[in-house]
Amino acid sequence: MTMWVDFIIVAVLLLDLMMLSSSRIRNCIQIAAVQGTLVGLMPLFVESHPGALSPVVASFFSIFLKGVVFPWLLFRALREANIRKEVEPIGGYPLSLLMGVVMFAMGFWLSKRLLYPDPFVPALGAPVSFATFFTGVFLIISRMKAITQVIGYLILENGIYLFGAVFLGGQSLLVELAILLDIFAAVFVMGITIFHINREFDHIDTQKLSELKDIITSK
Amino acid sequence: MLTVLLITVPLLLGLVSFFIRDDFKRRVLIVVCSSAHLVLTGLVWGNGDGVNPGAWFAFDHTGVVFLAITSLLFFGASFYGIEYLSGENHHEDNKDEKRRLFSREAVFSGCFLLFLSTMTFVVASQHLAVLWVGIEATTLASAPLIYFHRTKRSLEATWKYLLICSVGIAVALLGVFFLAVADHHREEMLLGQMIASARDINVPWLKAAFLLLFVGYGTKMGLAPFHTWLPDAHSEAPSVVSALLSGALLNCAFLGILRGYQICIAAGLQSYCQEIFIVFGLVSMAFAAVFILGQTDYKRMLAYSSVEHMGMIIFGIGVGESAVFGALVNMLGHSLTKAGLFFVAGNILSYFGTKRIADIQGILTGKMRWSGALWMTGFLLITGTPPSGIFLGKFIILKETLFQGRNGLAVVFLATLGVIFIGMARIFIMMTLGGTAPQGNQDNFYNRNTFLRIWVPALFFVLVITLGVYFPYWLKSALGEVAHELGGG
Repeated sequence: MTMWVDFIIVAVLLLDLMMLSSSRIRNCIQIAAVQGTLVGLMPLFVESHPGALSPVVASFFSIFLKGVVFPWLLFRALREANIRKEVEPIGGYPLSLLMGVVMFAMGFWLSKRLLYPDPFVPALGAPVSFATFFTGVFLIISRMKAITQVIGYLILENGIYLFGAVFLGGQSLLVELAILLDIFAAVFVMGITIFHINREFDHIDTQKLSELKDIITSK
Repeated sequence: MLTVLLITVPLLLGLVSFFIRDDFKRRVLIVVCSSAHLVLTGLVWGNGDGVNPGAWFAFDHTGVVFLAITSLLFFGASFYGIEYLSGENHHEDNKDEKRRLFSREAVFSGCFLLFLSTMTFVVASQHLAVLWVGIEATTLASAPLIYFHRTKRSLEATWKYLLICSVGIAVALLGVFFLAVADHHREEMLLGQMIASARDINVPWLKAAFLLLFVGYGTKMGLAPFHTWLPDAHSEAPSVVSALLSGALLNCAFLGILRGYQICIAAGLQSYCQEIFIVFGLVSMAFAAVFILGQTDYKRMLAYSSVEHMGMIIFGIGVGESAVFGALVNMLGHSLTKAGLFFVAGNILSYFGTKRIADIQGILTGKMRWSGALWMTGFLLITGTPPSGIFLGKFIILKETLFQGRNGLAVVFLATLGVIFIGMARIFIMMTLGGTAPQGNQDNFYNRNTFLRIWVPALFFVLVITLGVYFPYWLKSALGEVAHELGGG
């Protein structure tokens, strides 16, 4: 079992790096979906209450949302917004990749600081989930389009979910479903907002959403 | 049972109101629902508490006070909303409306009640992960409310609100997971059980968890420097929504931080948290002072004033002892006064049609005189002039700071308040004095429908003044219990 857990964790990390380097929004959505699916598989491999139904149910809903519903919503938004299909990062791709490595190092540093007493937790679990979390934050900051920011948010959530799965072995089912429902609603509402942004502004470049500011910063 | 009703009644009525086509019926439904909510809240307050140790939803002392503030504000807002919404719809071009599945106002009414339901959910949560679910749900329920005007500016504000708050709250979710790890992942993350077993909690993880919760919920609470969504959302949202965001929503996020703080207190980390509170409290106040000084938009000014008050409240919690009580009084006063001020700002905006301070003068004259008088009264109350309830809160906080011999902090606290007073006085005086208000055409919808739009804020101001003059014993004992739960004396 631990082999599979380690495999998933390493794959999640590699997908982070792929995400940082990919230039097409379409690919980004696919990567986020694959990562979400892998992370959703985690509850099946982490030992919780043996024989319980809850990991299977949680895993099913998580994969259904992250692997099917979110990509569908995002692809739909992408199609309707009819935008340039490139990511256009601030600072270019080499810098993004470099930041990916830096964030992995940060994840390691952070998890060394927070010693966890349980030896059964996979060694890479904490660093990779922190790195994924940071990658999500970095994507939100450095990518200009509203849709790529939503993808960043999904990556960030994947990081948190991975952390939860590795360390907590599944929350109680109801709580987990409620959290998933919230994230679903968040992505749904963001999708609608993207649609409105596109209709009002004819673009979804959030850098141009700059009408609201204070006098001190603007002049 | 009461708890369940408090959450489900607005939830169901909110869902129903999406499908009601008649505007008037929907407005009545909102009023009925928020009145019912207030009555139920009164029953919960009267029944006392007693949290069942296994319950996910229940009201402890802290929860009841937060519930009462939320319920009272929604009650006021629902009455104010009757005339406000008909005023907004008066100008509405109905061509676009026909094509929509739900009319603009149906979405508003539905989300308004869902917002009430999710906030009740938050204040009732005894389970920390469930609390997180509730706080994220408040963001989602209120985002469509901010986009009510369907302008580019409101859309920009909505996007910033959604994204910044969702990311902030995601950070808090990591904090919740950290907390579970710190607690060695027992069965459920129930507040009472976690406090009871806080002695053998893992301290480094708890510290990290508290930081994450603080940053995460602090974003939603509008603490500087994570407050960037707040002025945009408050200025672009319809005034009735701004009032709720400022008076009720910020408190709910604050409750999220306080729940983490309660566990830290039990684990003996009180002074660690208090330092964080004091630093971020003062930073928020300083940020607000800088941005109020050069402000050109009166709704943004009110928004920054909220940042200031959140800073002050958290500073009071950080100082501890009797200042906790002061902070709670301040919170109560701020919610009522700021909601009232946003209502009045809505009147001014309806009449003048602009949010620019420079374009408005002489609101004490002509048709606007009552709103103008309230505007000036609100200014005096919010800056803590006696007999405002806020004065009482500020005074207690200051007294405790000096009593503990932290004179440096007291000086910074007073200096920032002074700067903010000057900045706000300039703006309010510019708006009320000088020239006369344009009389406007008689067709102006606002001219004919002002009864509730004057009386609701006036009632809130009366309550704030009452707090300053006569502080009832039952309220004192209730706030005292809360202060006790939050490590104060």
